[in-house]
Amino acid sequence: MKTGIGVFFAVVMTLGGSWFGFVVAPTIQLGSAKQTSVLVTGDIWPRQRTGEATLGLQVYRANGCAACHTEQIRQEGVSFEVVLTGVKKNPEAVSNLVSTLKLCDLNKEEADAAATALGDAGGKTETQISATGADIKRYNAVRRSVAADYLYDAPVQLGTLRVGPDLANVGARLADANWQLAHLYAPGIVKNSAMPSFKFLFEIRKSGSTPSAGALNLPKEFAPADGYEVVPKAEAKQLVAYLLSLRADAPLYEAPFTPATTKP
Amino acid sequence: MNPADTNQVCTAKIDASCRVPLLALFGGAALWLVLGLLFAVIASLTFHKPELFAHCPCLTFGHAQAAANDLLVYGFAIPAALGVMLWIFARLSQTELELPLVPVIAAHFWHLGVLVGVATILGGGSSGFTWLEFPRVSAALLGVAFVLIAISAVATFAQRKERELYPSHWFLLAALLWFPWIYCTANLFIVTNHPVRGVTQAVINWWFSNNLIFVWLALVGLGTVFYFIPKISGQPLKSRFYALFAFWTLIFFGTWLGIPAGAPVPAWLPTISTFASLMLVIPIIAVAVVLLKTLCGANVSCFGGPYCYFRFGSFMFLASALLLAALGCPQFGSVMEFTWLGQAQVQLHILGFATVILLGAIYEILPRVMGTELPFKKFVNVQHFLNVFGVALLVIPLAIAGIKHGHAGYDPAPTKLWLMISTSGLLLLLVGSVLLLVNIFVMTIKWKIALAKSAFAAVTAPLEKTEVKS
Repeated sequence: MKTGIGVFFAVVMTLGGSWFGFVVAPTIQLGSAKQTSVLVTGDIWPRQRTGEATLGLQVYRANGCAACHTEQIRQEGVSFEVVLTGVKKNPEAVSNLVSTLKLCDLNKEEADAAATALGDAGGKTETQISATGADIKRYNAVRRSVAADYLYDAPVQLGTLRVGPDLANVGARLADANWQLAHLYAPGIVKNSAMPSFKFLFEIRKSGSTPSAGALNLPKEFAPADGYEVVPKAEAKQLVAYLLSLRADAPLYEAPFTPATTKP
Repeated sequence: MNPADTNQVCTAKIDASCRVPLLALFGGAALWLVLGLLFAVIASLTFHKPELFAHCPCLTFGHAQAAANDLLVYGFAIPAALGVMLWIFARLSQTELELPLVPVIAAHFWHLGVLVGVATILGGGSSGFTWLEFPRVSAALLGVAFVLIAISAVATFAQRKERELYPSHWFLLAALLWFPWIYCTANLFIVTNHPVRGVTQAVINWWFSNNLIFVWLALVGLGTVFYFIPKISGQPLKSRFYALFAFWTLIFFGTWLGIPAGAPVPAWLPTISTFASLMLVIPIIAVAVVLLKTLCGANVSCFGGPYCYFRFGSFMFLASALLLAALGCPQFGSVMEFTWLGQAQVQLHILGFATVILLGAIYEILPRVMGTELPFKKFVNVQHFLNVFGVALLVIPLAIAGIKHGHAGYDPAPTKLWLMISTSGLLLLLVGSVLLLVNIFVMTIKWKIALAKSAFAAVTAPLEKTEVKS
């Protein structure tokens, strides 16, 4: 049985290779990851979720939302834009240059060249970075998802199928909690939606003389019968709190961009 | 008695030693297959009428889809594969099954684990990780049961008369080793109370999913096919060298797939996966060579019998593996990632390849271990055609939906029609699985009645003279 033992070890080594590569190595590399800091402002990233949003992650898990939604935005690259912020001298030469030079959709070298040319002519410039890619455009995102975004998630649910839209930045994209609640109750408010209704997260009850504080404001075709109102249960509120906490919108070292607020 | 007769008797004895363990494994598996396809149909109904289960949380897409997937893999494929392995090992070793009681007990643990797991998923207790949705208690039951069955299989293997290994041995032994390894790792690293942090969870989940669904099912399916096709056709496997080459390249490259190209992880991880999925072409070619060479020489007319299952299933392996390799190509893959095309590949691999081959093996093995013909022999042929049309009607529309989905930038509208068509494929497969369940159920009842009759006869038989005290 000499060869048999040899074969056994060869199989163990081969299979073990992928175990080391995809289980042990990532655990060593990423397992002790800590918060990073946001570029420029230096704030801590990721932000800690509120208690309600942390509970909402469990509602998201229990209902298998990740079967239809991903939480990862891909990026193809970055593009640079040179912005003229002021003029030190020769305003005419600078404005001539501005009208002839290509200043947006540049790569790094072109941006540097344009900035130098404008600087030499006497202008003050600032170079801005923005992420590019189909996902970025589609989901109105500012940057790709990076490993740090998921630091506080347990379980991490990146998803594999986009029956519905990606949710990595849904909190920034659709920030209205009332719209989110109404959409969970009646996904039909979005045309052509394939999302099932999550009515079981809501209570339909008789309304008093005035509607309750948390009652949903629904379009007519989705509203309950007269004299009734739809009130979200705790789970619905938690789920929405979680959704609104998903906002990959801080510039990081590994995914830099120039935030809109600092744009002149 | 001439030697041929002894051989016959011996084979009958080997088969009989597998009877109770295999009934326990196959019976439960057949039931889970029906339930799994039923849940798959329920999940698919969401695309006909999204608000159908608005008041019934346990049947919404997120619940039903996870339950269906887990029932098909943990409920059907793994126990069925274990049963097939036990029988193949006993036959290849030319010895009766060792420790036959252990797999019987383990099979009950296994089915209990699946029951608890699926009930928990439907109740909202899923762990949230793909293919690992079962709660810890189920995972523990499944792990223990698998190891117990593996012990019986390895003990039988160790008793073999022919020392040299047959290619199927390699595939099946690797499968016996690999499942406990990946399942324990995944559960201990990410389903515990103290999981690894952050995105590492996703990496381990991808690694596990690929190794369970693609590699493990491929090992089991190919190991089974390489045993049965030569056996039924009477032609030797052509050739041993190509089969072993396929084995080594499959485990060397196949185990590294699974990390999608745009994932938010360090870039070296997806780079390795992309390279491995291109290299996957090597084992695919090797398997294709073995199949074509072995099938060409054979002249078997099966009309939907088990041989047809093996032939159809192994070609579906080539299709599914090629699709998987294609999805790993950076250009094509980045458009098709997150679309229904990936789901089409998974469904093709599970339902078109693994399930079909295991069904063929069950139909081939059951009459032998029970010592009687199947009660409804025609069902086998009917189910073959249901499988062929079911898989086609499920996978082709899903693939079309996937391509439209990708080109429309994930807009669900153009996929709807095709998703509705795919439900009909699932319905055909469901009908087929009911035929298997009926066959096994009637066979078991008949066997139990016969057992009871012979026990009754033994109890009521008049005492022999020698036993009567004077």
